[in-house]
Amino acid sequence: FNLIPAILFSPPPRQENVDPQKTAFLLRKAWTLYSVTPLYGFRRGRLRDYARLLSAFIAAEKQKGLAVEVGVELDIKVALSSLAELRGSELDQAALLVQLSSRSRASSRSSEDKPVWLGWFCSVFGEDLSENVPEAFTCLPLFLTHGAESYTSLVGRWFQKTFDCCFRRLAISPMNLSWMVAMWAGCKLDRAASAVELVFSMPRLSQPLDISYAIHPEDAKALWDTVQKTPGEITQEEVDVFMDCLYAHFHRHFKIHLSAAKLVKVSTAVASAHCDGIVKILHSQYLPGVLMLLTELAISQIQ
Amino acid sequence: HLATSLPLPSERDHLRPRIDLVVFMIDIKSKYSLKNVETSLAHVDASFFLGKVCFLVTGVGRVNACSIETNAVCKLGEAYCSPVLHCELELEGVRAATAQRLLRMLQICAGHIPGFSALSFVSLLRNSDDD
Repeated sequence: FNLIPAILFSPPPRQENVDPQKTAFLLRKAWTLYSVTPLYGFRRGRLRDYARLLSAFIAAEKQKGLAVEVGVELDIKVALSSLAELRGSELDQAALLVQLSSRSRASSRSSEDKPVWLGWFCSVFGEDLSENVPEAFTCLPLFLTHGAESYTSLVGRWFQKTFDCCFRRLAISPMNLSWMVAMWAGCKLDRAASAVELVFSMPRLSQPLDISYAIHPEDAKALWDTVQKTPGEITQEEVDVFMDCLYAHFHRHFKIHLSAAKLVKVSTAVASAHCDGIVKILHSQYLPGVLMLLTELAISQIQ
Repeated sequence: HLATSLPLPSERDHLRPRIDLVVFMIDIKSKYSLKNVETSLAHVDASFFLGKVCFLVTGVGRVNACSIETNAVCKLGEAYCSPVLHCELELEGVRAATAQRLLRMLQICAGHIPGFSALSFVSLLRNSDDD
């Protein structure tokens, strides 16, 4: 559940050769994260068959009374596609996209399809998992969804049934959130960035109390630059020093020990992440880096 | 006797009974608790580290609420030659078992178990860890 313990870790790589148009749909959406065990018997060439089967499964479940929307006559159309751009290296599988759109029965033109749910499987530098797995398995350990939970459940159940895999919500510990905020606050950005925000939940109170600690992005980056000793490497000690500085500063002003509270959410101009496993990626340049981190978290949850 | 940090207030020194065992509690969800323990350790006389100190890490059942690296606590235990126990306070069974373990350790440290000193007990624990 930890990120790499105190050794080399490169900061998010900047990828100039990925067409930003193809991945623009990933940005600025809140994605719910899951870890997925390797898929058995998945064939990249059978995507259209799978789409048909999943479509039939969803229709059948609706018939059984597990209707997602009551009183509205909607057909759910399923589309599966591959996105070769979304991967870390040639060793990774290309990302797999699942799109659910609704078409009102009244109209049969495909231009009237309304996207209702989007999910995608990916692996960015996930060799740690794929190198230890037999041939028949496809490794795509990270699953991200956007849309109603009921659809996520339907899609998840079909994949579990068909490929004998297992989905688990990916929770992000305060320690991992600290790594994220330290790394992302230190990223070089071309335009003016939004504030770096940390949200803490105070423990053991009768009324829930959240503390939001916002820092000017330039101050945060300046702090990280003084802490990080070797560009291209991040250690646990450096993350600890960074966080301790933030805690000390807060304590000096408010006499509250944030280190005794639970860090639940971090937000930077690069991305934001919540401990319940919800992320939003805001900057296309650092998309591969963020996905690499999340892939790693997913893999450690599986193992 | 419970204290939130060390040193203990000097006003009550003359009323205090002999201290046989010091258990430092670290909550894995609170970075602050680790820092607190680290500063308190400086106030403990060196003779205590011959088997009369142990670390108790709580909240270990919640992997997703970790604010402290488990490695950091293990290193602390090694640095101070003292055992590290793990406990999930919310589970009654684990709580009771841990309490019994601590009581047993206390009996040894207080010299109530013939043939067993605090130091020999701690070396036993260390040897079994290395195995």
